[in-house]
Amino acid sequence: MADLDRQRGIHIEGLRKRYGQGDTAVDALKGVDMTVAPGEVVGLIGPSGSGKSTLLKCLGAVIEPSAGRMTLGGETIYDDGWRIHDLRALRRDKIGFIFQAPYLIPFLDVTDNVALLPMLAGRSNAESRRMALELLQALDVAHRAKAMPSQLSGGEQQRVAIARALVSRPPVILADEPTAPLDSERALAVVRILNRMAQQFATAIIVVTHDEKIIPTFQRIYHIRDGRTHEEAGAGRAFD
Amino acid sequence: MISLAGRDILHAWGKFAFTGVGLGLLVGVTLTMAGVYRGMVDDARVLLDNSGADLWVVQQDTLGPYAESSSLPDDTWRSIRNLHGVARVANVTYLTMQVRTVAPTPPREVRAMVVGISADGVGQPGHPGYLVAGRHITRSHYEAVADIATRFQLGDRVRIRRNVYTVVGLTRRMVSSGGDPMLFVPIKDAQAAQFLKDNDALLRSRGRTAQNPTLNRPGVPGLLEAVLATQTSNSSVNAVLVQVEAGTDAETVAAPIRRWKRFTVYTRAQMQEILIAKLIATSARQIGMFLVILAAVSAAIVAFIIYTLTMGKIREIAVLKLIGTRNRTIAAMILQQALGLGVIGFVVGKISATVWAPYFPKYVLLEPGDALRGFIAVMLICIVASALAIQAALKVDPAEAIGG
Repeated sequence: MADLDRQRGIHIEGLRKRYGQGDTAVDALKGVDMTVAPGEVVGLIGPSGSGKSTLLKCLGAVIEPSAGRMTLGGETIYDDGWRIHDLRALRRDKIGFIFQAPYLIPFLDVTDNVALLPMLAGRSNAESRRMALELLQALDVAHRAKAMPSQLSGGEQQRVAIARALVSRPPVILADEPTAPLDSERALAVVRILNRMAQQFATAIIVVTHDEKIIPTFQRIYHIRDGRTHEEAGAGRAFD
Repeated sequence: MISLAGRDILHAWGKFAFTGVGLGLLVGVTLTMAGVYRGMVDDARVLLDNSGADLWVVQQDTLGPYAESSSLPDDTWRSIRNLHGVARVANVTYLTMQVRTVAPTPPREVRAMVVGISADGVGQPGHPGYLVAGRHITRSHYEAVADIATRFQLGDRVRIRRNVYTVVGLTRRMVSSGGDPMLFVPIKDAQAAQFLKDNDALLRSRGRTAQNPTLNRPGVPGLLEAVLATQTSNSSVNAVLVQVEAGTDAETVAAPIRRWKRFTVYTRAQMQEILIAKLIATSARQIGMFLVILAAVSAAIVAFIIYTLTMGKIREIAVLKLIGTRNRTIAAMILQQALGLGVIGFVVGKISATVWAPYFPKYVLLEPGDALRGFIAVMLICIVASALAIQAALKVDPAEAIGG
């Protein structure tokens, strides 16, 4: 069943979000349509105030849309109202988050930062740490497994954050400007890793970015402006 | 599941340790205040225990001899001694005063309760039960036995009013209900010291008496001398202490003294009630107020610290909530940190109170029961104090982690 979910990715139809009421109401999203296939990394770009963060928060089930339909991993989570009772469990099990800053838990070492999510889901400490180490090895940071976040470089911290987002094998990952604090070389390395992981785990990844360095790497790009999206083909420039 | 609170404490151990030490000093002060109260109660109990009395016979309608002044004729004991069930009786006087050493030099002053006891009555009520050095008083004048809290040494010479006394014995834990160490002297000396006037006052008094034609009649030789003698001597004591025979109920002995001798008589339980419920009641309330304020200050400090620590982790808490951490896990983390701080504070406080208690001028009695109650109170305070931080943490919007 989990494999079947992962085959599906993200599908959004007519998503709307209105803040406030009456004369002060603001329509942040005015009918967004979007589809991201499993294994695909798409870019979401747009100017400040265009609705990027609102869309990300709706997809991340942290704010409730006003109307529309959202399907994640083959499961309809919103259809003019939440279709899922436990949004916390939904975020834990089906959505991975990568932030502009890594936001690692400063008092946990690298392994436990990554292993925390499966632990929260009820897996044993040993199994959670095994899953974490596997991912850390895949992301070439296993040698820093016992280090504290403050001892890592920016690139290492962001790779650990990616490992944390992937450790529960979610069908969807939402990345909010994940390369903003990194130089070109490290930014491209992060995008490379995201593409590799998307294909390896059949994960649909949306990357919100302003970063001119990485925009040419996307196969597809969604532009968002005034609460509406339109899709265009990206350059899809090869990495190697 | 790993302990998030434990990891955070280990990560920021310096902050927790210093905060815990600060809280611990407050807890230590709180435990010491409780110890001061216990010490006062114990002083009162010791005063009664060491007096060796079962009954206190005092002036009618007074709470003497400790809580109010009381004056009885010094031959009262004779009529009480003959009552059925009485084993021993003894006169006693108490006066609290500054006592100065005259040798060795330099002179030193100590506030002490001077107790007048019969010189030949070792084992009588009122006498020090045991000595740690020297001997009991054997002469009728100018010898003294001191509690070691006076820091007098054997052979020291101390002045009480006009007379100088030699310390011949040292005893321990003989204190007044106010915690002042006792200095035992022969009762005749104590009676003189209690009511002795200065020379000028005596001269003026004699002059007034001599000018009174009623008291200085030319036809009655010796009358003036007799009157003057009564004015310059004291035949009163503060109380008569009574020991009843084994197996005799103290109340059955007290009843006829009250009825026929027209004195007020207190049993041990009644005297304890006077000392604890009346004499130190105000002090107890004072200490109680301090305890309440200290508890409130401790709670405010813990609340402030835990709130500040939590506010410093708002972004991490938002991330934890976003990735699916339950509210109860976050609340438990904050609560465990507050309790951890409480444990550190209590341990530091208990150790501090134990270390500094002996240096207090008055007796501080740290009871294990108070420590247990203190520990429970600290834990409860920490639980209550963490509520504000938990409430703030639960209000954190997971969307804050995404920004925008």
